[in-house]
Amino acid sequence: MIRYRRRTLLKASAAFVGASALGFPSIVKAQAEKIRIGHLTPLTGFLGVIGSYAQLGVRLAAEEVNQSGGVLGKQIDLLSEDSINPATAATKAQRMLEQDGAVVLLGEISSASSLTIMQVAERNKKVFLSTGARSDALRGKNCNKYSFHCDIPNTVMVNAVGTALSQKGMVRGKKFFTLTADYIFGHDLLKAAKGFFGSHDANLIGDELIAIDVTDFSPYLLKVRQAKPDVVCCNLAGNQVTNLVKQYAEFGLPYPLVGFNLNTGDAWAAGAGNLGGTWPTVWYHTLINPASQAFVAAFTKKYGKPPENHAWIEYVTLKLLAEAINTTKSTASDELIAYFEKQTQFDIMKARKAYFRSWDHQMVQEAYPFTVKPKDQMKDQWDMLVLGEAVPAANDPLESIYPTREQNPCEMKA
Amino acid sequence: MQFEFLLEQVVNGLVLGGYYLLIALGLSLIFSVGGIVNLAHGAFYALGAYVFVELVKHLGFGASVVISPLAVAVLGILFERFILRRFYTADPILSLLVTFGLAMVAEQAIRMIWGAAPVSTEIPQSFRGSVILGDFLFSRYRLLILAVVAIVLVAVWLLLHKTSFGRVVRAGIQRPDMVAALGIRLQPYMTAIVMLGVGMAALGGAFFAPITTVHPAMGADIMTVAFVVVVIGGLGSFWGVVIAALLVGVVRGIAIHFEPAAGEASIYILMFLVLLVRPRGLLGERIEKFE
Repeated sequence: MIRYRRRTLLKASAAFVGASALGFPSIVKAQAEKIRIGHLTPLTGFLGVIGSYAQLGVRLAAEEVNQSGGVLGKQIDLLSEDSINPATAATKAQRMLEQDGAVVLLGEISSASSLTIMQVAERNKKVFLSTGARSDALRGKNCNKYSFHCDIPNTVMVNAVGTALSQKGMVRGKKFFTLTADYIFGHDLLKAAKGFFGSHDANLIGDELIAIDVTDFSPYLLKVRQAKPDVVCCNLAGNQVTNLVKQYAEFGLPYPLVGFNLNTGDAWAAGAGNLGGTWPTVWYHTLINPASQAFVAAFTKKYGKPPENHAWIEYVTLKLLAEAINTTKSTASDELIAYFEKQTQFDIMKARKAYFRSWDHQMVQEAYPFTVKPKDQMKDQWDMLVLGEAVPAANDPLESIYPTREQNPCEMKA
Repeated sequence: MQFEFLLEQVVNGLVLGGYYLLIALGLSLIFSVGGIVNLAHGAFYALGAYVFVELVKHLGFGASVVISPLAVAVLGILFERFILRRFYTADPILSLLVTFGLAMVAEQAIRMIWGAAPVSTEIPQSFRGSVILGDFLFSRYRLLILAVVAIVLVAVWLLLHKTSFGRVVRAGIQRPDMVAALGIRLQPYMTAIVMLGVGMAALGGAFFAPITTVHPAMGADIMTVAFVVVVIGGLGSFWGVVIAALLVGVVRGIAIHFEPAAGEASIYILMFLVLLVRPRGLLGERIEKFE
């Protein structure tokens, strides 16, 4: 083994630092010209399909912002990567902030990965806009000052579908059987569902926890049949919903299948003849308002297919972030947080504007229940859903479907 | 009642095992003849599904489910001729690397051609719904799959054991040097076996396309189970793989009956136990190449 003398080592270190210092100016300059935003979303695994849509949406938004002059006169440099799993998501988020010089983090669909990114954001004191994660716990007991939640939480999805089902007489006194994804999101959704069943006189007669790598649901469907419920309820996520819907249609069980979580991408993947029932959504490309229609046109022109709800949410989130940076003339976390906490209203292509609630950072916005169009009425393969009336109803306050301060255990540290 | 529910899960597990068999048997065959662990096997399964989804729009279910595996089998000829053939006598690590790389290339190719979003297709109307036999509920469509698997299985067994083609293949598995000494070239037989193996995988893909998500990474998903089956049965053993496939399906069904959350873990526990007691798998031969 070679032993270096201490002095030699010091010299070498000094030389290295000197060389690095010479090399740095160009890097610093490159960063100064652009504003870097770190984007993470699952591109592989059971959420990979909807994550791909998310990436298309955020890219389109970045392009449009850059074409109209960027933010603070600088171009947005979007670093977009596959978040893969909770541990990798955290590592990549840390790297984006520490080494790549990202000023804000944005994205994610998996509640488990979103949770780890939230922790990274808090440690580094940087804003994280969590776009697609729905677990109540993220904006509840795990909430933190730096994280903002754009998608509707599980409780709202349960309320949206539950209300629609109640109106059809499918809740009171009925026996429910649930199939639940075995990770934070599913557990959380089941909890919200149990709350709803309890307060609406419905009985939960069975629940199956399902590992996220299950693709064959036949053994579970046999158990559903053995339990003879009135309604079967899907608390799964990603392409597991697609698989369940397809196999439910295959077995043709007589009980109606509904669900408290569905993304349009998974509905499209299930195919026209397989999907039925009542489900929740945050946005659909047939919504009629000028901003939404313009976005659908631009997206379809660029990618040759209409946007899915994750494409929409990532698009509006990057746009509202750009708006926030331009208005506050800053990318500093404190300035941005103060701006959002003022409950500034944003146009998110819906009838009513949305805002981040100051005390839990939840974006308060409309949601919709939907049913499925008969196959012969669909204009094309994407024209599958019939949106119900927005919830809450037009004359009710937006917050009425969101958990109240008493229900939501969010306490932010200063 | 409890016992009947359990029995229903066992029978359903057998049906599911039949489907695993389509993928695992080809994997095992290619290994026993060529000594190659084909990590790209799942890619042919995925291709079978995608080609089926394309064809079914124009040709209907019946024709597509036949043509798709045949088309993929033709692709198998190229795969054998230009890639596998170079690695029969090489270090096994090389063929592992090359087939692993090919699996990734195939997945990306599918992504480029068909996009990352899944494509969808449906079961034909006549096979929708279930039939109730006694106390048992069967999906009509899975009964169809089971019948097809049974026919394929019998055909492959007859091919290997009752034809002159099969005699050469079996001799080639045991004593390739002797077969060569008799003046028989094994290469055309190898091509045929690879065609058969990847064709069966594609048949599985085509049949499962209507009841599962057809997406670019579906090949990688199925490979895990296929390997579990082959490892339990013993790499290279025909009946070992058959028994293992059915066993895996049944064990999973029973596990889900008693402890649903352990459903997926159960097959790995089974593999662990089998390997502990019998490292070569249930009916596996000693693998000299790897020892």
